[in-house]
Amino acid sequence: MSHPRYQPCLGGNELAKVLEMQGIVKGFPGVLANDHVDFDLEEGEIHALVGENGAGKSTLMNILYGLYQPDEGRIVCKGRQVRFESPLDSIAAGIGMVHQHFMLVPSFTVYENIVLGAEPRRRGSFDRAKAISRVRELAKRHDFRIDPLARIHNLPVGSQQRVEIMKSLYRGAGILILDEPTAVLTPQETKELFVILKSLARQGKTIVFITHKLEEVMEVSDRVTVMRGGKVTMTKATAQTDAREIARMMVGREVFLQVNKADLTPGEVMLEVENLWVADDRGLFAVKGLSFQVREGEILGVAGVAGNGQMELAEAITGLRPVQAGRIRVCGQDITGNSPFAIRSAGLAHIPEDRYKHGLAKTGTVEENAIMFLHNFSPITNNGLLNRKAITEHADSIIENFDVRPRDRKALAGQLSGGNAQKLIVGREMTLNDKVLVACQPTRGLDIGAIEFLHNRIVQQRDHGSAVLLISVELDEVMSLSDWILVMYEGKSMGELDARAAAVEEVGRLMAGIGKRGSSGKEASA
Amino acid sequence: MIHLLSQVFDTQFLASAVRMTTPILLAAMGGLLCSLSGTLNVALEGLMLMGAFGAVAGSFYTGSWLAGVGLAVLLGTLTSVLLSVTIIKYKANELVVGLAVNLAALGATTFMMRTLWQVKGSFIDPRIAPLPSWRLPLIHHAPVLGKVLSGHTPVVYASWAVVLIINYVIYHTAFGLRLRATGENARAAETLGVRTKKLQYVAFILSGALSGLAGAQLSLGLVTLFLINMTAGRGFVAMVAVILGQRLVAGVAGASLLFGLAEGLTMRLQGLRIPPQFVLMLPYLITIITMVLLRPRHPRPVLPEEARKAALEETP
Repeated sequence: MSHPRYQPCLGGNELAKVLEMQGIVKGFPGVLANDHVDFDLEEGEIHALVGENGAGKSTLMNILYGLYQPDEGRIVCKGRQVRFESPLDSIAAGIGMVHQHFMLVPSFTVYENIVLGAEPRRRGSFDRAKAISRVRELAKRHDFRIDPLARIHNLPVGSQQRVEIMKSLYRGAGILILDEPTAVLTPQETKELFVILKSLARQGKTIVFITHKLEEVMEVSDRVTVMRGGKVTMTKATAQTDAREIARMMVGREVFLQVNKADLTPGEVMLEVENLWVADDRGLFAVKGLSFQVREGEILGVAGVAGNGQMELAEAITGLRPVQAGRIRVCGQDITGNSPFAIRSAGLAHIPEDRYKHGLAKTGTVEENAIMFLHNFSPITNNGLLNRKAITEHADSIIENFDVRPRDRKALAGQLSGGNAQKLIVGREMTLNDKVLVACQPTRGLDIGAIEFLHNRIVQQRDHGSAVLLISVELDEVMSLSDWILVMYEGKSMGELDARAAAVEEVGRLMAGIGKRGSSGKEASA
Repeated sequence: MIHLLSQVFDTQFLASAVRMTTPILLAAMGGLLCSLSGTLNVALEGLMLMGAFGAVAGSFYTGSWLAGVGLAVLLGTLTSVLLSVTIIKYKANELVVGLAVNLAALGATTFMMRTLWQVKGSFIDPRIAPLPSWRLPLIHHAPVLGKVLSGHTPVVYASWAVVLIINYVIYHTAFGLRLRATGENARAAETLGVRTKKLQYVAFILSGALSGLAGAQLSLGLVTLFLINMTAGRGFVAMVAVILGQRLVAGVAGASLLFGLAEGLTMRLQGLRIPPQFVLMLPYLITIITMVLLRPRHPRPVLPEEARKAALEETP
């Protein structure tokens, strides 16, 4: 890969450092989040900042954005030492941040969101015409395709993110910090974002790109800084390293990105979906006549670009969304239209897509979350009374077996990190039912260590004889875990492929809706 | 029936509806500002009662209705400042504190009335100067319109101006944009340097002043006396108007007018066979029905032919 914009500083002709953070130390009660961190940015570079959750990269960036004050160390901006007391100071110094959870006002228009707080005025009132023309001009200059008059809640996520970037540019940002910008994007939107980032860098903007995804680091960045345990473990030109080395520096050991799984002979059909029709929230059909089967000891991966009916499919199977037509069978039992309770009782476990909305009660403790659903039965409850001893044992076994940290039954679920929250959910679900598992985006937003752990668990579950339906927009995940791959496009099946034989290009083509529809390789070969 | 209708709906009725609308309208505009800034002002009722008391006291001791209005606005504002500090600075529950203010205002005004004037249920005195009625130039002599729109108190006219000003401020100034942004996503506004708490204080202070003014119309405009608990739920009616009006200035004004008309109607129906309490119930029934109807609905999805066939095959 060539990087024409970046030349490594080999003495002599050093590139201009627009920003340096030197010896940054920041402690929180019980943790040293940043331990003498050195970090610098060169003009016009895309600098990837990678590390596992809790490695200290968010703390470092929050210091840079003025949200935290460092205990030690200094920040030098364009040769001058600076102090950022609040985001206003860093905005004034030309630093902009695109948060992972967008900071937008949904009912406002694009231009209103962009100029908010720095509105052009005419005779005391808000000069809308000028605001609109300035935003138009900004969009044109940076080649952003966006309608300034559109309302945020009508825009797809990718466009909302562009509005966030424009907010910083409108305020004259020369340094843009993007906190895991691709976590919420479809592959297509990610591609578009990278085009934008590269073009911004060409115009002299400096970009900090926080991510977990190593292939993105390799694709888009000029330099990469890796953090682990509050320290910087590596800073290198991207061209001089590779994904393997970055992963090792992140995790501190060799990481096996490939999942090893044994060949199994699948058994009985455990989950069967037959001509399923499901409507979305707007009353339009999101799943259109879908049929498939998952057998014992088999993982069926559902691939597809987000928004092609996968979410509605999962909700229909788990009883969260009404079925308009068709049949769903779990372990041979027709559960169409049944309550989630009845469906769980029939043998279904569910790892929901949104772990905080549907997976956990954030204000409940770890042990309370661990016994959900089981609280209906003995031994967790006897005659309507909670059995403390059984609860403790159950919670401890999940914490132990699924490596949930901190090892504290009484910790609030909402205070767990994303990875540990997910381990708790997966632990609960896998100990609950081992016949059918529906896993939706099981590793979204998690770090490499947690992903590796969860992938191995899902494969173990299959090896135990579970039928697993894996729904994910991460194509790599679907490709590496599945035995069979079903590609969904606009609510229909584009066909099922044998994962051992499927090529990424082929699956990608089907995801884009190109190719034969409704053919089933599985039936042909089974 | 037609005879009955013509007996009820005349210009006199409409004029009284206009007068009755004003207190609700003013308090609702204040409630709207708080609501848009992302807070809930449950104390409109208490603030209005403080205003009604302040108006009578100010007018009684000085003999000037203007001083009465001034004291009404002052008391409403001061009470609202106290309320807003507990909610915004000390993060007290807005519902609990608001209800407490309502009860405290009832106790405080009753106590003050009894201590200052040694009366039991109400305070009437010839020295209380009522709000004057002003004739509107031009319109006053117009047929029908003149009788309905002219000859009201200055506070009635002020309430119309308030609606226009608030409409302008909310939709056409940077302040309005920031206020609405604060209400919808305060964190987003904060990261852009908007001082959200300041905006919320301003909304509370304005709502205190407007509720105080509403009280003045009640005790010096509609009547010239102070009565224990004389607001009689109008502050809560104003809260409902904010919701019924979908938090739009025009909508809230319209909802206030609806409640004003209903109140005018009850006055009108006294002596007729229909019990006024029944009519007084109507606006709330309308509110409940509207709230149910305003719920977002989605059409039932229609299965395409192929799916319907398949569904039929399954169930022979």
